[in-house]
Amino acid sequence: MLHKNYDVIIAGAGSIGTPTAMYLSQAGLSVLVIEPLASPGQASNKHAIGGIRATHSDPSKIYLCERSIDIFSTWKETYGDDIDWRAGGYSFVAYDEAVETTLKSLLDIQHQMGLNIDWHDTQDILALMPQLDPVGLRGGTFSPEDGSASPLKSGFAFWQKAQQAGAEFHFNEKVSDLIVENNRITQVRTDRGQYACGLFINAAGGWARQISNMVGIDIPIEPDCHEAAISEPVQPMFNAMVVDIRERPGSSNFYFYQNPKGQIIFCMTPYPQVWGNRRQNSSSFLPMVCKRLVEVMPVLGNIRVRRIWRGTYPMTPDGNPIFGPVEGLDGYLIASGTCGQGFMLGPGTGQFLTNVVLGNLTSVEKDCLHKLRYNRSFDSKELLK
Amino acid sequence: MPDNRIKSHPILIDETTASIPFYWNEQLFHAKPNEMISSALMAQGVTVFRHHVKDKSPQGIFCANGQCSQCMVIANGLPVKACMTAVTPDMKIVPADGLPVLPQSNPAFTPSKFQRTVEIEVLIIGAGPAGLSAAVQLGNAGANVLLIDDKNQPGGKLVLQTHRFFGSKQAVFAGTRGIDIAKKLADQVKNISNFEIWINSTAIGVFEDKTVDVYRDQKEVVHVKPEILLIATGARERSLAFPGNTLPGVYGAGAFQTLVNRDLVKPCQNLFIIGGGNVGLIAGYHAIQAGIHVAGLVEAAPYCGGYKVHKDKLARSGVPIYTSHTVLEARGSEKVEQVVIAKVDEKFQPIPGTEQVYDCDTLLIAVGLEPVDEFYSAAKEVGMQVYAAGDAKEIAEASAAIFSGKIVGSEIAKVLGKDVPEIPAIWKETEEILKSRPGKLYEEYYPEKQEGVFPVFHCLQEIPCNPCANVCPKDLIFIDEADIRHLPHFDLERIDECIACGRCVATCPGLAISLVDFRNREGSALVSLPVEQDNPNIEVGKPIQATDIEGRILDEFTIDKIKSVAGLKDGTRLISFEAPVELAKRISGFRIIEPSQAQAFEGEPLKPEDIDDQSYVCRCERITAGEIRRLIKAGVRDINQIKAVTYASMGACGGKTCLNLIRRMFAAEGIPLAEVTDPPVRPAFVEVPVKDFVEMDFKEGGQNAA
Repeated sequence: MLHKNYDVIIAGAGSIGTPTAMYLSQAGLSVLVIEPLASPGQASNKHAIGGIRATHSDPSKIYLCERSIDIFSTWKETYGDDIDWRAGGYSFVAYDEAVETTLKSLLDIQHQMGLNIDWHDTQDILALMPQLDPVGLRGGTFSPEDGSASPLKSGFAFWQKAQQAGAEFHFNEKVSDLIVENNRITQVRTDRGQYACGLFINAAGGWARQISNMVGIDIPIEPDCHEAAISEPVQPMFNAMVVDIRERPGSSNFYFYQNPKGQIIFCMTPYPQVWGNRRQNSSSFLPMVCKRLVEVMPVLGNIRVRRIWRGTYPMTPDGNPIFGPVEGLDGYLIASGTCGQGFMLGPGTGQFLTNVVLGNLTSVEKDCLHKLRYNRSFDSKELLK
Repeated sequence: MPDNRIKSHPILIDETTASIPFYWNEQLFHAKPNEMISSALMAQGVTVFRHHVKDKSPQGIFCANGQCSQCMVIANGLPVKACMTAVTPDMKIVPADGLPVLPQSNPAFTPSKFQRTVEIEVLIIGAGPAGLSAAVQLGNAGANVLLIDDKNQPGGKLVLQTHRFFGSKQAVFAGTRGIDIAKKLADQVKNISNFEIWINSTAIGVFEDKTVDVYRDQKEVVHVKPEILLIATGARERSLAFPGNTLPGVYGAGAFQTLVNRDLVKPCQNLFIIGGGNVGLIAGYHAIQAGIHVAGLVEAAPYCGGYKVHKDKLARSGVPIYTSHTVLEARGSEKVEQVVIAKVDEKFQPIPGTEQVYDCDTLLIAVGLEPVDEFYSAAKEVGMQVYAAGDAKEIAEASAAIFSGKIVGSEIAKVLGKDVPEIPAIWKETEEILKSRPGKLYEEYYPEKQEGVFPVFHCLQEIPCNPCANVCPKDLIFIDEADIRHLPHFDLERIDECIACGRCVATCPGLAISLVDFRNREGSALVSLPVEQDNPNIEVGKPIQATDIEGRILDEFTIDKIKSVAGLKDGTRLISFEAPVELAKRISGFRIIEPSQAQAFEGEPLKPEDIDDQSYVCRCERITAGEIRRLIKAGVRDINQIKAVTYASMGACGGKTCLNLIRRMFAAEGIPLAEVTDPPVRPAFVEVPVKDFVEMDFKEGGQNAA
């Protein structure tokens, strides 16, 4: 039995689906979001640590994240809710020559994209973060306009605004099939009902591949497990997100910041990667990540770890998301594969996808669509993961 | 400076002296060896340990059990739980006011003291009654066992229990005091080979690689990989949200028993208790034993849920027990000073106009227990072979926990292929009986006989208990052996054989037996009652007010004799006095404390929304019932979302106190819990310093090399 007809149905009330629903409904479209979990942001979004930066190496991601920063940084004055936005900046620190060379080599393209990021010598970096281990510190980049916000509060705020604009959310409901008629997705079937739609957006993140396979389009998105830790709160010490991209046994990148409550949030990129949708923590995580923390900022050996958690990065082979339509199948938009950056890409992507749906794209946005298409070669590499 | 240490106690003896100097706010204090900071501070009159970062509200102890994190102080520069950190010589302790400043000196990294990965046949978490008895079974079966406990001595909550245990004498040491059972069990495990116990060692999480991380000796995190995991983590106390519920002086009954019975600290003068279950009733009795005035006890239900004999003990002592009453609010500025109570209707709603105000300096919350079962669930999720025993499995009396541990220990030994006998079917039956709730209540009944000497049982409720039937040297007392919940009977046919030894009177855990002697008296009888008080008023020649079973005063008599009972050297004595024949059998106790008088309630009772906005559900983040109820009313059904918006349960304790309250709020709003999504429970169970996870590689010369 057909329940209802919507302009747009979105699979997934996560980092991308929720703000996209907000902008689409604000643009006057009727929107239904179908989410298998009990409330928004429960799959991967809430596992984000809250970092938001435009300092990537790929122009489309830089563009989308700059838009996101505009939204996050003005949210409180626009809507009144405090989502804990803080422009604390990002600092990629260099303790060896190879890292220094890599970071400096990216500055040109970042400057071309208009990013506010520069190289700072050891003393400048220590002035920003006096607790850093000075031994061997060669300096680092600092991008003061990057920052952080609370994924928990932001997710709730986007959901509330989407609802206020008329978007409907069905929680505890799973997409079970997509019905294609005349090369167009026309209906979405779930375990609870069946709905007609003008457009179906696949924003299912780590589960997007399964959903896309329902219409025979395979997209290379694999869930990749990451763990994170949060400490007790202490008096503010530093503002920036500190990133150390050296490789260490069991991990590649390591990054941490102090949130507005005073807690240190720290995590690392496992190397080799750990594939799958796992939620239980591994016993090797804390010994490894704590060692990296005291390596960069020894005084943090004194702070107490409060909680750890594990979430998934919907990874693509080149580290960039898959955003856009599919050739030969109308009414389908893929919006997944954000590779752990769904939270920072989210609101910018929501606006961008709304423009895609409404058909009024700027030339930069057209470039993004081309760059992030599902059938690209996936052979380039994001250099600042 | 006040000295709140208990110097004399009818049961407990402590010969240690407070000899360890330390500083509180630069003032010189002294602690006993190995004493926890919280007890040392409260022994010297400190009740406010910090002020909350969010609103500067004063905070004191709440659980005193390492669960809630409310008692944080700064010790030698580091934030710690006062109840889990022992005072060290010259320790500098200050209140944790606002956010702590992280020490800006690098921590010392030293070579590992312990082996970082341990493989073992059985890991038992929790050395309380269940864990210890399981360890005994497993150890005797030849299993390789590691038992860990977060406290500094084995015994779990047995070490707080100064009262004699109920249950079956044959099965679980009934009639022996909890503190003595703890020693007996700890002695039994000492003799086992292949057995190791780590005290001061907290399990902090169960991981996907079937590993349990243990914060060993509060020094280093080690990975334990057991073949089988046994969760014997006991229970934690439920909380209650009402205005003033986080004031210093409002805390759990378990915390109170820890202070009074484990650490011999008398934390208050005038106590009020919320909850008429066994925990609240026993805590009240322990208070009286420690010389603390008990101003009253409220129970929302029309009757106390605990054993009637426990309730009677309190009532006879002079404690007003208000059933069908609730607490409306705790009042005070830096500390609780008064409690407001009111009668409730059949829907548990307060009835306006029935408010009463009592002075008190401490308010105990004793509204039930819930299993500490998060390790069990986590171990199941990762596919470990895991068992639970005792309160971690099902809340019941400690006697049932002892037996539950014994059964589960044997089951695990079997699974491990050890050569152990089949578990007798009778064990399961015994466990069920020990777990049973208070049963049928009988009318007050006394034998008609008015000659000779015999015991009178003021024991009218079916509970699993049989010590009296085992201590009679002449075998004159009977309890159905097949079901020890049945009431005891004295064989009046053989009345001439009673030698008036008083052992039954002194052994009864409920203090519910009197001895009545009609011999050689005209119109009167000699009544003997048990006494477990060190009270200067209980002396030969002094008057006492004898009461009936409900605590109603029958008359005043003069104490004739006070004596110990041959063969019983653990504190109970018998007092005797002469009473008229017509009253003698009805006398079941005597008044010890002068009942408090209520103050007048002035002004208007708080409105429901004010109550909600002044009642704290999440103590760590200070989130009120109002904030949570508004979300529930707005349609939120996922507790994860309540967390996301309010940060409730995201504080230091990780939801150990508030999640249960939040679930109850959903139920109160008429929402079936099946519609409510629970949040996941994640490591770490307690906060652990970053440095204690790190295993450094040490080069020659002691240089750290990460």
